[in-house]
Amino acid sequence: MDESPARAAVIEEGLREAGLSDISILVERRGLVARLEGLAPDVVLINLENPGRDMLEESFALSRALARPIAMFVDQSDEHSIAEAVDAGISAYVVDGLRKDRIKPILELAVRRFKAFSRLQTELAEAQSALADRKVVDRAKAVLMKRRGIDEPAAYALLRKQAMDSGRRIAEIAEALVTADALLGGDS
Amino acid sequence: MSIFRIGFLPLVDSVLPIVAHEFELAKAEGVSIELVKDPSWATVRDRLIYGQTDAAHLLAPLAIATSLGLDRPAVPLGAPFMLGLNGNAVTVSPRIAALLGEGAVDDVAATGQRLAEVARAEAKAGRKLRFAVVHRYSSHNYMLRYWLAASGCDPDHDVEIVVVPPPFVAEALEVGEIDGSCVGEPWNSVAVERGVGVIVAATARIWSRGVEKLLAFRRQTLDERRDEVAALLRALHAAGKLVADRQRRDEVAKVLAKPAYIDRSAELIARALSNRMVLAQGQAPTAITDFLVLHREAANFPWRSQAMWLYSQMVRWNHAPLDSQGFEAAAAVFRPDIYRAALAGTDAILPTASAKVEGAIEQPLGASSVSGRLILGPDTFFDGRRFDPDRAEEYLAQG
Repeated sequence: MDESPARAAVIEEGLREAGLSDISILVERRGLVARLEGLAPDVVLINLENPGRDMLEESFALSRALARPIAMFVDQSDEHSIAEAVDAGISAYVVDGLRKDRIKPILELAVRRFKAFSRLQTELAEAQSALADRKVVDRAKAVLMKRRGIDEPAAYALLRKQAMDSGRRIAEIAEALVTADALLGGDS
Repeated sequence: MSIFRIGFLPLVDSVLPIVAHEFELAKAEGVSIELVKDPSWATVRDRLIYGQTDAAHLLAPLAIATSLGLDRPAVPLGAPFMLGLNGNAVTVSPRIAALLGEGAVDDVAATGQRLAEVARAEAKAGRKLRFAVVHRYSSHNYMLRYWLAASGCDPDHDVEIVVVPPPFVAEALEVGEIDGSCVGEPWNSVAVERGVGVIVAATARIWSRGVEKLLAFRRQTLDERRDEVAALLRALHAAGKLVADRQRRDEVAKVLAKPAYIDRSAELIARALSNRMVLAQGQAPTAITDFLVLHREAANFPWRSQAMWLYSQMVRWNHAPLDSQGFEAAAAVFRPDIYRAALAGTDAILPTASAKVEGAIEQPLGASSVSGRLILGPDTFFDGRRFDPDRAEEYLAQG
């Protein structure tokens, strides 16, 4: 269960490669408990910050009361692997009595994929922000070139000097300049 | 400076650690606080037990269930400081509110009777009422069940009780997923403002001094960082004093309203802080006495009898086994010893006893204290029952 379908797909792919075939992905909060009861899974993997977790735990507790064990938290000896999963951002619920040598690789694989996914996300975010930075710096240079009649290297030098003098990033200075220019009625 | 990472859910009763941090009261005690917001209690609990946080704003019954290992391996927790009493309300859909009639909030006993009739009629028509609580092991669940059962409605058969996280309650009411809920603030007020819910009861009228959230630590942390924990508790006590000051209420509400905390308007948040609730969309506010008690009357003192009352309710609804060891283990989660040691020498009121008969005070009553003058306000249950921690099993036998 994951609110991020992309991440869920990455984990699913890994699990399939590891030879597991009966995998279902649940994304929607609503109707989740009913779907889960229908699936009767051996293991439930859910992202730690999923707001559906309290509902999920309630449904596990209830089904146990009805002597229809769906799933419950792992047993004591798995605490270490669960702690690692929690650090990575995953929570797991495992049917009581399921063989440990089957659970461990599933969990470890999910943790690896989950970590890889967040690393990818971070890199993507960094790349996007670098791109955005470059765009705003280009616009700021254009403003300076037009308003002060200077060439591109001079405009960039001005931005860089201002950034160094004020202890801020060039992109921040550029952003401020572009905003000010728009407010002051610049037509660039 | 020693750091405490504290997990919390966006609720008005997470106010004390937030104020201790934002108003630099923690800093004054030589500790620093980092707040970690989460959307579900399971996540707040997991971060605490696996060491991602050092302490957590937690439901009192969930701290007990975790310590006892009720549905996962046990992790012993300790709670030396309560974060407030009550502060929850029962909000129902406008359709059910209309069936309950005007002025429901004024008479919780009459409203309970009426609700029981409505619930039975709806069940008969094949539309069993569905109520949301925030977690299986929550005061909300036990207060709602107590009220329904004492009003002649069997919470396990006449209605359905499901779990919905607080921020989703308004949406669940709106789409008809639930007919009512018992949730903390500002989430009742959010439903009221959207016109999808009407507040018909305050838990403060079901049990006028009901046990609610606490600050939970791993027991190991309490042992290893005793002095730092004491400093943190002093900061929280100072936060309580600040929050109790009416002059600073708007300031406090504004801080809570920040996106990093509750992320809802200060006006909405101020309602619970001032015990003045808007019950239905467009209405003038109604004063609700002691809707949320955050500081007065040693509200932060962890009375072991309150943990035992919670355990009695866990047994009552088949969430925990009936045995005297369970009562003892639940009581041991509450740590009045650490509270007293931490706050000795401050202006905090320190009760002498660690347990009391719950529900026995009808008029404000002076009580024995190690220091400070302790006056306990009425702590009655709406049906007049009393819980004597020395006769807990007898109490359960009576229903």
